[in-house]
Amino acid sequence: MTSSTHDEFIDIAERKATTCDAPNDLKARETGIAANLKYLIAGTLFGIVFVKAEIISWYRIQEMFRLHSFHMYGVIGTAVVTGMLSVWIIKRFRIKTMQGETVVFHEKKFHWGNVIGGLLFGLGWAVTGACPGPLFAQIGSGFVVVSITLLSAIAGTWVYGLLRERLPH
Amino acid sequence: MFHLIREPWPWYVAGVLVGLTVPALLLLGNKSFGISSSLRHICAACLPAGIPFFQYNWRKEVWNLFFVAGIALGGFIATQWLNNPEPVHVAEPTAQALQHLGVIVDGNLMPASIFSFSNLFYPKRPGVLCNRWLPHRLRNAVCGRLYKRACYHGAIDPAMAFARGYGLFYGGRLFYGSRRFSVAVARTLTFNTNL
Repeated sequence: MTSSTHDEFIDIAERKATTCDAPNDLKARETGIAANLKYLIAGTLFGIVFVKAEIISWYRIQEMFRLHSFHMYGVIGTAVVTGMLSVWIIKRFRIKTMQGETVVFHEKKFHWGNVIGGLLFGLGWAVTGACPGPLFAQIGSGFVVVSITLLSAIAGTWVYGLLRERLPH
Repeated sequence: MFHLIREPWPWYVAGVLVGLTVPALLLLGNKSFGISSSLRHICAACLPAGIPFFQYNWRKEVWNLFFVAGIALGGFIATQWLNNPEPVHVAEPTAQALQHLGVIVDGNLMPASIFSFSNLFYPKRPGVLCNRWLPHRLRNAVCGRLYKRACYHGAIDPAMAFARGYGLFYGGRLFYGSRRFSVAVARTLTFNTNL
């Protein structure tokens, strides 16, 4: 009995600690509510855009996937182009962060998990009419039942973490 | 001027603003924009369970949780004070297709005929996984053992109890009790919301 629990602890300790795909690269320490308030504000503005542009609307997603409306394609396409342009400008002019540090970019390697995951994501997107971002905005907008969707999403993430080594990537 | 804000925003405005979140987060603190990672951080924070995928310093990524909390807050602000008084316009072909499927196009951002707690527990089309005993299964998942021992005589749901000969007395009362429980939960959770 004692030897089996001892082995279990060693097993966990020897597992390599993983890092995020997009880790926090800031060298300066940011702790407490004051330091993180700017991210709360950024998120608030983001949420307002989501609701006002009806990006969180289940009907808009249906229209998008039935190819009956350009709106969502316009939003996503413009956002991608704006993001690309901004990143290019940051790289080109070596713009530093607010804290004066160099902006770090991470290489994203392709793997087949992107395709499989994308297909599954798309299924969920069409059924629920939401990505993870809109889920939070929908809950804030008063559609409290979407918290069930969010719990399912968290559960799905957890199951992925559990089965990760056995899944095709 | 304010009415311009209350009207639905066009895609070229929304897209630019969403896209600008990427450089904003990079310049605010070298943060990579991503919302799905918040799901991972929540798992790592709440139930890592020794799973390697959740063994990392999630506290360093807590900015992301502030960000998604902000999204919820932004949704609240936009719905409370910046809301569009006109009903949401749905493209004609989509509206017809949805009505054909039985979804009521009600002028809100999301159809209440799908997204409401009453429809969570009572699915439209009973099937193998999601049958009409769903409220009982959910109730059992929450308060299971107690009910099983006291009322079901070891069965899982009223149907099974009835099949074993414990009669409609238990089945009927339990169904009624389950419904009251589910409705009470739904009423509590949807208090003061427009569902």
